[in-house]
Amino acid sequence: MEMTTAGQASIRRRSGLVFKYLLLAVLAFVIIFPFILGLWTSFLPTTEIAKGSLQGHLSWQNYHDAFTQTPILRYLFNSLVISLIQMAAHLFFASIAAYAFVFLEFKYREQLFYVVLATMMLPFEAEVIPNFQTVRSLHLLDHYAVMVIPFLTSAFGIFMLRQAFKQIPWDLKEAADVDGLSHWQFYRQVALPYSKISLLTLAAYSFLGSWNQYLWPMLTTFSNRLRPVQDGLRQLHSEETATNWGLIQASAAIVVIPTLIVLFWGQRYFKSGLNEGSVK
Amino acid sequence: MGIELRGITKAYEHAAQPVLREVNAEIQDGELFVIVGPSGCGKSTLLRMIAGIIPITAGQLAIDGQVMNGVPPKDRKLSMVFQSYALYPFLDVAANVAFGLKARKMPVAEIKKRVTEALEMVNLTKYRARKPRELSGGQRQRVALARAIASDAKICLMDEPLSNLDAQLRVKMRAEIRELQRKLGLTLIYVTHDQTEAMTMADHVMVLNDQQVQQIDTPLDIYNHPANHFVAQFFGTPQINLLTVKAEQQATHELRVDSALKVVLKEPLALGTYTLGIRPNQLIATTVIGDTGNAQVINVETLGEQTIIEAILDSGVPVRIVQAGQVQIDIEQRIEVTAKGAAFIFDDHQQLIVEQGGITDDQLVTAK
Repeated sequence: MEMTTAGQASIRRRSGLVFKYLLLAVLAFVIIFPFILGLWTSFLPTTEIAKGSLQGHLSWQNYHDAFTQTPILRYLFNSLVISLIQMAAHLFFASIAAYAFVFLEFKYREQLFYVVLATMMLPFEAEVIPNFQTVRSLHLLDHYAVMVIPFLTSAFGIFMLRQAFKQIPWDLKEAADVDGLSHWQFYRQVALPYSKISLLTLAAYSFLGSWNQYLWPMLTTFSNRLRPVQDGLRQLHSEETATNWGLIQASAAIVVIPTLIVLFWGQRYFKSGLNEGSVK
Repeated sequence: MGIELRGITKAYEHAAQPVLREVNAEIQDGELFVIVGPSGCGKSTLLRMIAGIIPITAGQLAIDGQVMNGVPPKDRKLSMVFQSYALYPFLDVAANVAFGLKARKMPVAEIKKRVTEALEMVNLTKYRARKPRELSGGQRQRVALARAIASDAKICLMDEPLSNLDAQLRVKMRAEIRELQRKLGLTLIYVTHDQTEAMTMADHVMVLNDQQVQQIDTPLDIYNHPANHFVAQFFGTPQINLLTVKAEQQATHELRVDSALKVVLKEPLALGTYTLGIRPNQLIATTVIGDTGNAQVINVETLGEQTIIEAILDSGVPVRIVQAGQVQIDIEQRIEVTAKGAAFIFDDHQQLIVEQGGITDDQLVTAK
């Protein structure tokens, strides 16, 4: 058969695609393998896991044990409360701060914004000791407040929403001025709905960030009544259930579930083009 | 009473030059007033000062006899249509129209009635539940118009509302806006860079250039009596021919560009350098044989009902000539360019000093 230029191009394109997908499949497997392994072992009896075997009778027993023998429900509840409060606080405080940085004119606006940005440069670990001393002298240790108050706002959130608000066409602000909207009305009725996608992204990001907190709650909470999930897992590991690997795997799987829900629920909104048609 | 602009000036602190200086105008109740000028002339700035979105640096703005400097936009009782339409993408068509009314705390029943009426007026009733992104450019434009209609304001400001539409739709919307304005008795201030829109829509036109008002007049008066070079060049397509001429004798009655192209004047002119402005349809091109004539054709555009001939005079100056009908003429053909007689004469400060044989108002032919 005669090889035409079109035929050659088609073969080259196809082999390129094959290579691309092969690479993606390998990478996906590398990333997902530990996760699958963990999920698999969570259904196995601990005796089998201890033997290093990956076979055995699969059952929900570990999950049943996790819910009945450990305080994991309490951990989940604690984390849920803390994460929801933190998420709501981030959305509110970051969005009003970002609004001010975009739509209000005041002296040193840009400079102040850079100060906010600069706080992102400081790693959290470096703030742990002064923060710990502060909350201790405020007598907040081992209390919900200690896991909420230091995280009420987020420099990243302000930065992200400032970028989002900057995308709002200036004509919309002028149109709102002609209609006589106050800043608060413009914020509520235009800026927030216009930036829905960014707000949802920030909400998911904040929720997961809070859900996955480990270092700070470990330092500041001492009782099962207040402990969030990630520290709860460690607690399970170090307590009497230390050798019950099946139970720990099942607990870990339970803890991951809300993360997955948030990601799947969030994904629906990460579609582009929702703001088309505003201008031009 | 209308709107009065008295010495309106806009300057920004960091800039040495004001962006607008000493704008004076009186806009009558219920008229369509067009502000026209090239981009960067300050026309949108002027509109935003009238709206109250940006502050006036100096001068006075009065609406219905009341000084409005410093009054917030919503208390000026006006509506505004933006070049970009400024629709809220997350609201459907009806909610977009209702938005401003809700902000003004109008009763719900009244809002509903106004929205329905406004959408009917712009033929968008079918689309009331759609989001802006599901509409075409022309429909979006109409939503923006419906917003202005639904408002009870009698003053409407429009900032280049048609510049994002294609040519055919623009012609259609031009007529629709004009009709709406008459029907609703709106005082409409309309900003555009398009001289055709100014000519076809306006009751009065303000020509802005170089941060200043060049002329305020009716469209035909602007075309027939352009105050200066800029106005003459801005109005009329193809552009007017501006030819530099010297009056070499004292009190001469004849201005000569060359031996064939000349204009005879009724009034004598003093010695000096002038600019002769002749509209392309006031020039005649006659084909000649061989090397005679005074110009060479460089381009011909046949539009069907008229033919535009571009030629270069032997002195090197390009001229545009419009002839009615379809004229067969070749490129590089030698022609003789002569004037029919109508012309404008501008002095060396580019100001109009003499009109020669143009149409004056009292000579306007009434259509029967």
